[in-house]
Parts: sequence; C-alpha cells; structure tokens
Amino acid sequence: MDVNDDNIYGEYPTLLIGSGKYLTNITSKFQNRKKWEPHDPKKILTVIPGTVIDVLVKSGQMVKKGETLLILEAMKMQNQILMPFDGKIKKVYIKPDEKVPKNYLMIEIA
Amino acid sequence: MSLKRNIQDLRKRKIEAQKGGGDVAIEKQVAMGKLTARERILYILDENSFHEYDLFVEHLARDFDMDKKVLHGDGVITGTGTIYGLPVCIYAQDFTVAGGSLGLMHARKITKIMDHALKMRVPLIGINDSGGARIQEGVNSLAGYGEIFFRNTIASGVIPQISVILGPCAGGAVYSPALTDFVFVVENISKMFITGPNVIKTVLGEEISMEELGGAKVHCEISGNAHFYARSEQDCFEQIKKLIDYIPRNNTEKAQKKEPREPLKKYNIDNIVPSNPRYPYDIKDIIKSITDGSEFFEIMEMYAPNIVIGFGRLDGKTCGFVANQPKVLAGVLDCDSSDKAARFIRYCDSFNIPIITLEDMPGYLPGVDQEHMGVIRHGAKILYAYSEATVPKITVIIRKAYGGGYIAMNSRHLRADFVFAWPTAEIAVMGPEGAANIVFRKEIMEAEDPEAMRKQKIEEYKEKFANPFVAAAKGYVDQVIEPSETRSMLLHALDVSENKSVQMPRKKHGIPPF
Repeated sequence: MDVNDDNIYGEYPTLLIGSGKYLTNITSKFQNRKKWEPHDPKKILTVIPGTVIDVLVKSGQMVKKGETLLILEAMKMQNQILMPFDGKIKKVYIKPDEKVPKNYLMIEIA
Repeated sequence: MSLKRNIQDLRKRKIEAQKGGGDVAIEKQVAMGKLTARERILYILDENSFHEYDLFVEHLARDFDMDKKVLHGDGVITGTGTIYGLPVCIYAQDFTVAGGSLGLMHARKITKIMDHALKMRVPLIGINDSGGARIQEGVNSLAGYGEIFFRNTIASGVIPQISVILGPCAGGAVYSPALTDFVFVVENISKMFITGPNVIKTVLGEEISMEELGGAKVHCEISGNAHFYARSEQDCFEQIKKLIDYIPRNNTEKAQKKEPREPLKKYNIDNIVPSNPRYPYDIKDIIKSITDGSEFFEIMEMYAPNIVIGFGRLDGKTCGFVANQPKVLAGVLDCDSSDKAARFIRYCDSFNIPIITLEDMPGYLPGVDQEHMGVIRHGAKILYAYSEATVPKITVIIRKAYGGGYIAMNSRHLRADFVFAWPTAEIAVMGPEGAANIVFRKEIMEAEDPEAMRKQKIEEYKEKFANPFVAAAKGYVDQVIEPSETRSMLLHALDVSENKSVQMPRKKHGIPPF
C-alpha cells in the first residue's frame, strides 16, 4: 500500500522510539508504567510491607547515624530500621501496630 | 461368591467411587458454573476412549479423625485416552472430594500417570481444581507437590505438558502449571496465586478480589503465566484439542502432516503493508496470507501483543511463527515480548517445529522502567533462544530491521538458515532519523538552515541505507523477494531444510539469562 496520509491512521496514537515516530497502539501495561523518581535519602520508605512494632524517635529529635529509628516486622522477622546519617527528625508518619505497604513514607529527616 | 456376584460387587464399587464427593458436592460444583472432573476429561478426550486407573486408591491420613473419612479416588481422576486418535495421559483434580486437596496418595496418583506419560512418550494434560495442600496430611502433601514439580521438570522438552486451571490453584500448587509448556485458563473460573486475598489483607491491609489478584485475565494480560484464555470450559477444551493437533507427541517425532491447502484469497499479501515505516498494520494478516487455509493458532494473544507467536501450517506441516506486531508499540522488543518469544522459540526447538520469523520492528523499547526491569538480560533471551535452536530457522524481513533488534530477530549471524527480505525492508544500524543526526551532525550543525539540512540528510541516508540491498550485498540477506513470492519461498526453504542436521558442542546444558 502506498498511502502517505496520516489521516487514514487517525485512530492510532504516536510512539517515539529513538528519533522515529510511529503510529501504533499503546498497551495499558506501557501506559501504566511507573515514572522513575530519584531516591531522596531524607525519606525513610518501607522496602517491604509489614507492621510497625515500635517507633523509637520523635519529630525534632537529633539522631546519630546507625541509631535505630523503628522496628518493622515483615515476613515474621523484626527488622531494625537505622538512621542513614546524622540528622534531625522532621516528621514521623507512623505509629506502633500500624500496617504499612511497600514504598510507604515512614519518617522524614530534616 | 459366584463370579456374577463378584462382577456385580465390582460394578457397585465403581459406581460408588465414580460419584466422587457425592451429589451435594457435585451440586455445589455445578452452582459455581463448573463442570465435574469426570465431565471435563470426557469432553477433552475422544468418545469412549477414557480409561481410568487408581479409582480405588484410598488416602493414608490417620490424624485429626481423617481415618474415618472416605475420599473417593483421593480427589483426583487419572487415566489415559486419545485425542483425534492419538494417546494422551490425563488427570483431573476433583474439587467435590475434600476440595480437591492434595494429599500423599492424591499426589502419587498424579506422579504415576506422569511417569507413564514420560515412559510412553505421550502428552500429559493436567486439570487443576484444588484448594491446595491437604493440611491434615502435613508435610506429606508438600512432599507430593515436590514429586510433581520434579517430574514436570524432567519431562520438560520431552513430552508436551499442558495445564488447565479450572478452579482455584493456589500456593505451591501453582508451580506445576508454571513448569509446564502451556497453561489454559477460563474467565471467572480460573484463579492462580501464591498468597490469596485473605493473607494479603491480614499482612498488608491491601484489599483485592480473587479475580483482580489472579483471575484468568490477569494471567493472560499482565503476569504472562497463562497462554490461552477462554470464555467457557467448552471453549477451553476446544483450544486444547486444537493445540494437540498442531504439536508432535514427543521430542523425537514431528507434528502430523495434514492435507496442504492454499491461503484464502481475501488475505492479499501485496495489499497489507504500508511502505511508510511509520504506519501500522496487522502482522497477523501477513501470517494468514502465507499459512495453509489462512489458519493461525495464536499463543499468548493478550500478553505483550507487540510480538505475535503461534502455530500455522505450511504445506501441511506445523511451523512456529514469531512476528513483530507494528500495530502495537510499533512492534518493539521489550522485557515481556522477549520472554514471550524466547520461550516459544525453545518450545519449537524442543519439539522439532521449524521457526518462521517475520520481522518489522524499530529496535528495543527505550525507557527507565525497561532498563531497570532488566531489558538487557530479558532481551538476551531472544538471542540465546534463536542461537541455540537447531530446527529450520527462516526469516522474512518485511520492513524495519534496526539495530540490536535486527540481530535478535533470527538474523543470519545467529545462524538463520534462510533470510529473505521484501523490497520494503530497511536493514540498518538504526532508524534513518537517528543515524542521519549522528553521521551528519557536523553538516547539520554548520548549515545555514539546520532543519532543512537535517531533512535532506535523512532522505540521503534513507536512499542509501534504508533498503535491503546493503545487507544483500554482504550476503546477510539471501534473496530480496516480492511479497507474493513469500509463501512459495518458505515452502521451498522448508523442503530443503527437511533433513537439517547441526552438531552442537557437547554440554550438560547452557546457562540462559533466565
């Protein structure tokens, strides 16, 4: 077929690959893919879903690198979540007995 | 006892045992919109061909008052029969008997029929409808699963193994289907997951329905665990029979040859592909314009639809088709489509099915998510699978064949036996736009009107390199052919490849990028 007319393919969205533009359908999996975000070391996120057992710091508190921030039980193991560097706690978003999903913001460091 | 009474006693026992969980349980099964295990087997097999074994097997559980319970057949029906006259081994878990739960003897019945299938080199069909491990039997039921998984693995690539999910299939139980070649699921009936919605809710507080977590659609569209989707059990059984008809019984045979047929006239191969590489079309129309009777039996239709895989016949012989689909994501290779194609290539190679590759793709999909998901190692699977395959391998380059994708899609360099290209083929290190920007960067930058220069240089590049003749000049492409010659070229190439023989270095097994 020697048609050179975008209009007859009007129902197709455009996909850019390299510097080529293609008229093609987009799958929902592609459309719903997660946007990449840089990791912010000041945000303590869960890496595994679980239950908060104990929170050992309060907002405003100064904490040294390596000190325990909280205990998170996940997969029947109690994990100590440690302070990554010296700093001040900005806000605590969790409380004991709370169930938290993956990538959940637990503590923010100022 | 007289012989007559013996026979009557036997008949009575059979009738009793064949009732499975009894009328009430059967009513419940029917109310869930499901057929019984026995009905399922009888539907799949040829009429009057089913022969059952181990009907009188009894469970061995003694704890928790289990010794007082009668579980007919221990919750699974096993036997042999035929499909289109060819023998198969089959088992179906019976949900009406203790929820089809798997105990030691239940597992032994399954492993016995699996051993039989492997020894006799005939296909194995397993119908899963089970609540999971029989908790009362403790570690014995885990042992049972392990014995099944081991046999699935050992039989892999020797006999075809088909799993049919017709009910729940949860926890460890899901690994048997995962180890088999093809998984069939049915809308609203099939449920597969490692941990169910209840556990997820208690542990994580996330609420999700069984259907959303592990229903038929999820596994066909998102997870890629299932290969065939059906709206009803009957549809599913028809699909199984069709598949069985396409494949050989074991890895030492070829698929049965059928009466050759011409493709239907309505698929006019000259009239499907727009020459402008930006425009989409349906690659399945090309496949149907080539195959006998324009029939194409697609596998994993809903998963990674940017690549199309399935069986069709050429001159009555089963071929495996691997084809980029320009209509979806421009036909790119990505993690999912690489996995999908690579496994199918290995299937075809195991079972002596020639592979026809139809190529039209702009390369690998760019993106952070793809890179982080490991598109390098997933993409490598396609290279591995094609390189390793020793069945006849024929490639037809229809339009775009750029970069790494060109190499991956069964190029000459991975030992394709025949590489044909249409005159519309663009075989190049990358798309003309990208290439021109790099090669003529200086000229474009220094031009008075860079945009005009860019356009001119892209055209120049297209003219010079975006064609099949550069590759043909090096012998990377064996012949540039007219679209209408495709079928006859393929038929001839297959004839020539009939006795293909390749020696590979001896090894225990390779280490593919799983």
